Amino acid sequence: MSAHSLQAATPAEELAFHVTEEEHAHPGASTMLGFWIYLMSDCLIFAVLFATYGVLGRSYAAGPSGADLFDLPLVALNTAMLLFSSITYGFAMLEMERNRKSMTLLWLAITGLFGAAFIYFELYEFAHLIAEGAGPQRSAFLSSFFALVGTHGLHVTVGIVWLVTLMVQVAQRGLVEDNKRRLMCLSLFWHFLDVVWIGVFTFVYLMGVLQ
Amino acid sequence: MSPDALAQHQGHGNGHGHAHDDGAGHGTLKGYLTGFILSVILTAIPFWLVMDDVFADQRLTAFVIMAFAAVQIVVHMIYFLHMNTRSEGGWTMLALIFTIVMVVIVLVGSLWVMYHLNINMMPMAPHDMRTMP
Repeated sequence: MSAHSLQAATPAEELAFHVTEEEHAHPGASTMLGFWIYLMSDCLIFAVLFATYGVLGRSYAAGPSGADLFDLPLVALNTAMLLFSSITYGFAMLEMERNRKSMTLLWLAITGLFGAAFIYFELYEFAHLIAEGAGPQRSAFLSSFFALVGTHGLHVTVGIVWLVTLMVQVAQRGLVEDNKRRLMCLSLFWHFLDVVWIGVFTFVYLMGVLQ
Repeated sequence: MSPDALAQHQGHGNGHGHAHDDGAGHGTLKGYLTGFILSVILTAIPFWLVMDDVFADQRLTAFVIMAFAAVQIVVHMIYFLHMNTRSEGGWTMLALIFTIVMVVIVLVGSLWVMYHLNINMMPMAPHDMRTMP
């Protein structure tokens, strides 16, 4: 910066080292980026769990293997539930952009039901495995399996709680800016969980049955 | 913030109308349906390959279903998560690339190191394993 421009700044105009209007113009403008970075860190949690499963997934300790345990039609049904919930959430977002409150709530409710069905089938599978004596303490394979799939299921459960909370918020306050932002965050979260499930059904279930 | 990004931001501000002027893609009905149909196809084929034992070689099946998973993840990223290089001035894409690099290091590193550790271990009979401390 030259001496000339320094002199140009007269005492009358105040020196500002930050852009003030911007923050006021877009409250919560950086929320989406921040939430995206949270999702990426969540991705790392799943990467570590996948790595654990990759290392321990063949250590059966003379116990049952994936080929003995996994029920692929049930997994296919679960995958369908999660896929349907993704598209219905997409419909909810489209209705939200058209500012149609009741339709948004309807699609959100359908999404929540598909999510609940997913959790129900997963808990049914877990209960079945534990009843067969294939609980997480049986072998390293089952420990890492329950850790990975259980963490994903826990995420979906939290997602459903969040979804119900937002439905109450939308019902009470309507589709205001804040609620729209929250719904967009949940949209990212929900679709992200579907992406993680692609990894789970491919690496855990399908490849577990293969060998 | 660079002058370009600032100008872009102000430009968005003039044409107000969206809830977020971050350039993040908003879905369209066509986009969601395309993503959904592609996902159904990309999910159904791997399940069919495994459940009906289409290929005799299991290693080939494993590679094919992994390829399908990779394609489906990209489909979800584009049609459901609306990833593009413009949203948030490219920062989401940068975070994604960084994460992918980290994930690859964690996965490949763990599998590689632990595989070598396993094959370099002394052979052990089941009896020894049971009497291990």
